[in-house]
Formats: sequence, structure tokens, C-alpha cells
Amino acid sequence: MNDTKLETINYSLYYGKFRALKDISIKIPENKVTALIGPSGCGKSTFLRSFNRMNDLITGVRTEGRVLIDGEDIFKIDPVALRQNVGMVFQKPNPFPKSIFDNVAYGPRVTGLNDRQKLEEIVERSLRSAALWDEVKDNLGKSGLDLSGGQQQRLCIARALAVEPTVILMDEPAASLDPIATLKIEDLIHELSANYTIVIVTHNMQQAGRVSDFTAFIYTDETRTGQLVEFDKTKTIFTNPRDQRTEDYITGRFG
Amino acid sequence: MSVRMIADKTVKIVLFTSAIISIIVVLAIGFFIFRESIEAWTKLGVGEILFGAVWRPGQDQYGILAMIIGSVSVTFGAILLGVPLALGCAIFLAEIAPAGVQAVVRPAVQLLAGIPSVVYGLFGMVILVPLVRNLNVPGNSGYGLLAASIVLAVMILPTIASIAEDAIRAVPENYRHGSLALGATKWQTITKVVLPAGKSGILAGVILGVGRALGETMAMIMVIGNSVIMPKPLSGNPLTYYLSQARTLTGNIAVEINYATGVHESALFATGVVLFGLIMIVNASARWIIRGQKFVEKANEEQVC
Amino acid sequence: MLEERLSEIAFFHKAQAQSLKREHLRQKIWLGLMWLVGLITVSILILVVGYVLVQGGKAISWEFLATSPKGGISGEGGISTTIATTFYLVGLTLLIATPLGVGAAVFLIEYAGEQSISSKFLRVVIGVANFAVEILAGIPSIIFGLFGYALFVSTLNFGFSLLSAALAGACLVLPTIIRTTEEALLAVPDDYRRGSLALGATKWQTLYRIVLPAGLPGIITGVILSVGRVISETAIFYVTLGGSYHLPNSIMDGGRTLALHLYYLAMDTRAFDKAMGTGAVLVVMIILINLLIDLVSRKLTAGVRKVR
Repeated sequence: MNDTKLETINYSLYYGKFRALKDISIKIPENKVTALIGPSGCGKSTFLRSFNRMNDLITGVRTEGRVLIDGEDIFKIDPVALRQNVGMVFQKPNPFPKSIFDNVAYGPRVTGLNDRQKLEEIVERSLRSAALWDEVKDNLGKSGLDLSGGQQQRLCIARALAVEPTVILMDEPAASLDPIATLKIEDLIHELSANYTIVIVTHNMQQAGRVSDFTAFIYTDETRTGQLVEFDKTKTIFTNPRDQRTEDYITGRFG
Repeated sequence: MSVRMIADKTVKIVLFTSAIISIIVVLAIGFFIFRESIEAWTKLGVGEILFGAVWRPGQDQYGILAMIIGSVSVTFGAILLGVPLALGCAIFLAEIAPAGVQAVVRPAVQLLAGIPSVVYGLFGMVILVPLVRNLNVPGNSGYGLLAASIVLAVMILPTIASIAEDAIRAVPENYRHGSLALGATKWQTITKVVLPAGKSGILAGVILGVGRALGETMAMIMVIGNSVIMPKPLSGNPLTYYLSQARTLTGNIAVEINYATGVHESALFATGVVLFGLIMIVNASARWIIRGQKFVEKANEEQVC
Repeated sequence: MLEERLSEIAFFHKAQAQSLKREHLRQKIWLGLMWLVGLITVSILILVVGYVLVQGGKAISWEFLATSPKGGISGEGGISTTIATTFYLVGLTLLIATPLGVGAAVFLIEYAGEQSISSKFLRVVIGVANFAVEILAGIPSIIFGLFGYALFVSTLNFGFSLLSAALAGACLVLPTIIRTTEEALLAVPDDYRRGSLALGATKWQTLYRIVLPAGLPGIITGVILSVGRVISETAIFYVTLGGSYHLPNSIMDGGRTLALHLYYLAMDTRAFDKAMGTGAVLVVMIILINLLIDLVSRKLTAGVRKVR
């Protein structure tokens, strides 16, 4: 099998007294796309945010167990440094109210890079990688908010790539997009997987089937505590799931 | 038509009348102040009033340039001292302070806004003026632009801080998350994303602070010295400009209106017209900026949908 | 090519690592500064309020509160008549401003969306009225004073009197009352109105029995805020109220509020100790008013929560 990039060991997460995730142990392979699927409210987005410690921003969140990146405990890494290594794309495109150029250059500038020529290189490369360059190369001064929803989301991906992360977390990146924009994002995810470890949360079974190499099914019952039911190659999960609940979910019997 | 319906109609008319009272008051204020000032404008000339450097009612000289400069100088000083403090306070309250600390600082800011201006003036006279007097510069009485600027800075702090805090809070949370997820520190997120995104509202707060500063009357009279002179440095050091006494437009009106008659009284109303005009311009620009901001926010919302 | 890219990335990661320390230090310094600013703000308040209360407290005695000012060069006597005058003026001003302000707000909110033949005309009036309220809110008090002086004191010949001062003061607090009432009315759920109208109540009955009671805490907040503004206000009354320290016998008499009295003590007689005493009384009043507003608005939010 592949090298493990991200790993959780008996990982649990609490909002105050409420346990949102329970004893999740998973090994996410490097330079592959891993999809997190499951019914809404099962905690898959919360789980995703565990990898770049965005849950730290919510007061009252407490965790148990370990989360490792390249074998290193992420709670021992400076969260700022961690987030430079683990990029994130949000459900709703959230470009800054700045120009396209400044959006992409934001991350490098934050790390102190101000050389205009270098920034131009990075911006071009990132926008190319995000398959947005051809559409915006003549309008880099335009506000990121003036782009269409799908373009905004690719801008956000470019913005994440500019920081040179090794992991990209995507929280339902196509949820607010139309079908054509969704397809473009899916193609992009596929291309990026050659060089990046991608973890994607999605509601859409077909999407998980199309873009991911591996799939993790997270399930919750009335307790609303999320648990990992099954994790395997996407093909296996979709054609030959071991657990009845996985099969029920995939065949649409609930969800 | 039933009695109920008639009552309903009557009430509507009564309420309508109350609603237009504001319009009537605004028009009446403009009308009366302008009417009373006509004598001064026609007898003395617009240029003579606006740009005349000498205000000497005994000799029928009514130039208010010194007062315009006094008002502008003290406002500038107050902005210079008050804005950094107010913005810091807004950032602190909106982004940094834990809830428990907010619960102490926010009421403190509110209370600062409620303290009567004469109390600030008195505090200035008793504490600040003697302190300023300690600066060893010939001709320094303690009363003057510096003491007035400090008092005014404290008085406009709550206005600016509360509007700026609202503006900062109105910045969507996903901008912050976007920045933090890119590996920016909290402070970088504040300075590079949050403040630029909220800048219109913050600027509007500062401008409204300017409006308040220009309009403040009693506290200014109490600490600025009220000499009708063009403020100028007391020594070779240009900073001693702020030790100079001065008089504000507002102070000019309040100090003299109760005994003025004839052209003198009319010239005071002309001072009022100038003050009114200045503040209208200032407030209108704040409105204009906020309008622009609302428009942008709306545009964003629509795009997302 | 790949080699080059890899070395570039390595270089970039190194730069990130280096900037990290610097940025954390910078953040520490700036966040520290922001805490300092918060501390300074609270300190200013404590300094001003504390000084006035402590120094003023020395001048305050039962005698100070209960005897009237005697005039004279050292500001002899107490402040009893000025306290009374302050209350008279607050009462009269709010008597004028509250019905007008609440009425205006009710019209601006409740009739704004109404469909009727004259609705286009009404819409224009409502727009202009809202604009006028905003202008009023920005006018400095000395301009209200000048206006009151020109119209009420001189033209209408009310002289320097409680009436002139209250009319001018009403213009000052009108926007406060209108805005807070508007907010309170907007917070009343539309279901209440529909429910009442559906039962056959007229608009006025709906307003009077349902909407206004629901918005009452907000309206009260506006009124209390206005009380504070009248107590604090000096410039307007300096040019419309005369300044006599005797107790006014009618609304056509002049007088002197606490704030005005403080000003005269400080500026004319230089009786700073008594001025401080007066200041302390003022500050205590303002603190009480702030507490009261806090209490009412807490009730208000509790009410809203119940509604939801």
C-alpha cells in the first residue's frame, strides 16, 4: 500500500460535553484523494478541520487521541506552520475582497515574500495549477469577488496552492456550484492528486466515486456522535462494502 | 364608516404629522439660522467674514478665520490622539478580548460617551491645564489647543470605537477562516484581511468623530482659552503651536450670543451657518461612504446566492 | 525541471519557517499593545469618574444638596434648585419629545409598507423624514441652541425660559427617541400584526394593543437615553435657559440645570470644589441611567428570546 500522510489514532472530539467524534483511527495515503462521506451531521466536516486545527478556533472544543502528519503529532506543531502545510478549501468560496493577484499572493506575502517578480511567478503557477489562468490572466487586477462561483472556488484553490502545502483539505468544495463548475473542480482535484494529498468531504456519492481513490464512511446514529464505519479503496466501498450500514447509505436507503 | 374606522384615519393623520415634524425642524433650523445671518453676510460680505482674520465686535470687525482654524486645529489634534486609541479599542473589543474582558471594557466605553461635556471640561481645567502649564514655554498658560485636543480625544473615542467595532464585526467570518487556513497569524489576519474589509465603516466612524469634534462646545470653551487670535507657535519650535490659545466656532457662538445685538448677533449666526455647513459636509461624506459599503456587501450576498 | 521545482519548494518552506518566529513575535507585541489600549480606555474612565467622585464627594453633604445656590463670587450655597430645575427641564422636554418621537417612529415603520392610493406620496414623505432624522442626529447642540434662541427666545418671545429650552432640547432628543422606537418596532414579529389584523382589528387597534406594548421596553430605553442627554446637555441651555439660580415658578421662567451650574461655578466663580461636587452628582446620575438602560435592554432581549 501507499505511504501514510495523515493518521488519526483513537481520535475523539468534544464540543463541551457533547462528543462529536468517537475513536476514529484512519491512515490517509499520500498523494491520493480520500473522500469522507456520511449522512449530514455525522461530523465529517469537523473531522476534516481536525487536520489543520481549525477546530481550535471554536471555544469549548476538546480532543482525545492523536492526529499525525508525516508521523508527527499535529498538536505539537505550531498551528500557523501546520496550516501552511495543510491547505483548506471551504464549502462556500471565500475569496478576500481583494484583486485576483492579491488573493493568490496573500499566502506568500504573509510569509514575508515581497519580491514582485517572484510573486508573479507564484501567482501564475498557482492559477495554472488551479486551471484558472487562461480565464483571468488579462484581469489579475479584478476583484476576486467579481468572478463566478466556480471561478471563485478555483481561485481559492489557487490561493491554497500558492502556500506550497502538501495536503489540501476540501470541505464540500462543489456544494454551492452549478454542474459545469462542479465538473471542472472535479477534474482539477484529479489532476492535483498527482502532487498533493487531498481529503475531500462530500455529500454527493457520484462525486466521491468519480474523484476519490479511497473512501471513508462516517456514520452516526441518534447519539449524533460520528464514528468511522469503514475505510477502503473507493472501488471496494462502492462495489463490495463490508458493513451493512455502508451499503445502505451508498444505495440510498437512508441519508 | 364606523367609529373604529374614523378613529383609525384620525390616528393616521396624527402620526403623519409627528413624522413630518423632523422635516419641519430641519427646515426651520436652516431657515432661522440663515435668516438671522443675512444681515452679517450682506453688510460685511462673505469674504470678509470667512477670511477676515480679525474678530473685534467693538470695531465692527467680524472675521471668523481664526475660529475656523481653531476648530480645525483642535479637531486635528483630537483625531491624532483619539483615533489610534479608538481603533485599538475597537480591534480589541471585536477581535481580541475574551468575553469577560469585553463585559468590562464595553460598558466603560459607553459610560465615557455618557459623561457630560462640562464634566470633561472641568476635569480638563483642574487636571490637564495645570499639567500643560508645566511645560516651560514663554506665554504658555496651560489653556489652549493641547489641553483641548486631549479632552476632545477622549470625548470622541466612544463614537469612533463603537462604530469601528460594528464595522469590524460585520466582516464575514469566512474571511478570517480563509486567512487563518492559509497559515496567517491572527494579527496578520486582522491587519491584512479584516481591517481592509471593514475600512469603509471604520472610516465612516472616524468622520463621524470629526463631526462630533467640530460640534463640541462647552468643554472646548472651558479649556481652550477662547482668545480670539490666530493660533501660532509660541516659540521657534513648531510644536508649541498646540500650546497656543484659540477659540472654536462653537465657542464663539456660545460665549457671545447672550449679549450680542445687531450685526454682532447676526455675525454669530453667520458663524453658526459656517459650522452647520462644515458638519453637513462631514456627515454627508460619512453617509456616502457607508452607503457605498452597504452596496458592496449587498452585491456580495447576491453573488453567493 | 523537477529538480528546480523541488529546490524552489524547499526554499519556500525554509522562508516560511523563518518568517514564523518573526510573525509570532510581531503578533505578541501588537496583541500586547491592543490589551494596553483596552486598559488605557478603562483607566481613563476610572481616572475621570474616580477623580470627580472622590474630589466632588468632599463637597457633597446634605446641606450642599438641600440648599439653594446663593450666588456670590465664591459660588456659595448648594445645588438644590439646580437639581429641581434639571428635573423640570427633563420632564418638560420629554413631555414634548416623546409623543412626537414615538408617533413619528410608528408612522415611519408601521405605515411605510402600506398600500394605498397616496402610497407614492407617502413613500416620498417617509424617505425625506428618515433623511431629516439622520440630519437632526448629526447637528451639534450649539446649533439647536442658536435655533432655539432665534425662534423660541426671540421670535416667539418665550424669553429665556424652561419652555424655550425644552423646545430646543426636544429637537436634540427627537432623533434618539425616533431611532430607538423604530428599532423596537422592527423587532416586533410581523406575525403579531397579521394575527391581530386577521381577527378584524383595525390598524390602530393592532398598534395600540399589540405592537406598542411589545415594543415598550425599546421605547423606554429611548426615553431613558434622552433623559441622560438632557441632563448632560449644556450648550443648548446656556443660550436658551437664562441661568438664574432661582427656582423657576412657571415654564416661562428661566433657570439653571446642574450642568449649567457646574459651568458657571467653574468659569465665572472658579469655585472648583463646588463644581466638582456638582460634577459628582451629575456623574452618579449618568451611571444610574446607564445601569437602568442596561437593565431594560436585558429585559428587552429576554423578551425577544421568549418570542422566538
